[in-house]
Amino acid sequence: MKLEYIVSVVILLFAVQFFYGLIIAPDAEFGGADGAAEEAIVNSQSYEPWFEWALFEPPGGETESLLFALQAAIGSLIIGYTFGYYKGKGKSESD
Amino acid sequence: MHIMEGQLPLIWSAFWFAFSIPVIIYGIYKLNKLVSERREVVPLIAVAGAFIFVLSSLKLPSAVTMSSSHPTGTGLSAILFGPAITSVLGVIVLLYQALLLSHGGLSTLGANTASMAIIGPFIAYIFYKSASKAGMNFYLNVFLATALADLATYIVTSLQLALAYHGDYGSYLESFAYFAGIFALTQIPVAIMEGALTALIMKYVIQIKSDTLIDLKVLSASAVTRLKETME
Repeated sequence: MKLEYIVSVVILLFAVQFFYGLIIAPDAEFGGADGAAEEAIVNSQSYEPWFEWALFEPPGGETESLLFALQAAIGSLIIGYTFGYYKGKGKSESD
Repeated sequence: MHIMEGQLPLIWSAFWFAFSIPVIIYGIYKLNKLVSERREVVPLIAVAGAFIFVLSSLKLPSAVTMSSSHPTGTGLSAILFGPAITSVLGVIVLLYQALLLSHGGLSTLGANTASMAIIGPFIAYIFYKSASKAGMNFYLNVFLATALADLATYIVTSLQLALAYHGDYGSYLESFAYFAGIFALTQIPVAIMEGALTALIMKYVIQIKSDTLIDLKVLSASAVTRLKETME
């Protein structure tokens, strides 16, 4: 259980740094770093878009967060299923 | 670390494709070989891929720069299967995001693959193997290797952008500092978080599939016995 305690402390500290950020910069929106770099590039003088193509562009933030959530859900499902499968298998073999 | 569609000049897009494609081809070869030799590792490969899927979708807030950034999740796979196989798993995630989320892009796929799916995992792998030889505590090793891979990924992205846009943000060094200010600094708490989560999931992998870890030469049989004794 020791590792679980350490990881819980790390998660707690992570939350603390976030709330600390909220206190020292109450107006911060915590926008994406990827987006910030995108903006820096668009504003740079030598930037010339030469390739634009999108199979599908999410119409807005809602659809985008749906797809990100779906990505996390699919991943979690696979991890949970596999771990559960082996745990159950290990148990039935030892019985 | 996602460089968006069309945001690298053609020459640099081509350069990073030339860098990444041979690794991916080698990775597919290694993956096929591993799967045909040891069918029993397939679920573990799925878990490693799924872990990249989950972590790279989570945009975590960082008070260092007051912005959000996502972990990469590649350290787990790099330690288990090596960087070549990890590059294939990473490309799948990058393709999903480029095609369905318009996050990243096809023209920048080579560059994003180089940072997230190749160089980051490679650093995790080298660190893990060296520290493992030096006798470092297993979980500390996983934590450091993964956190370093995460940071390295964002440092590589900063470097890629500095190389392509150095004229606009001063010298090479100044542009690197500029982009690293956006990416690498933000990443510090995120990388620590990723390292801790990966160490934890690694513990559960030992619980359920320790024999496979010995087969894959991630851990020696005696190391597994020792780790299992401390688990109770």
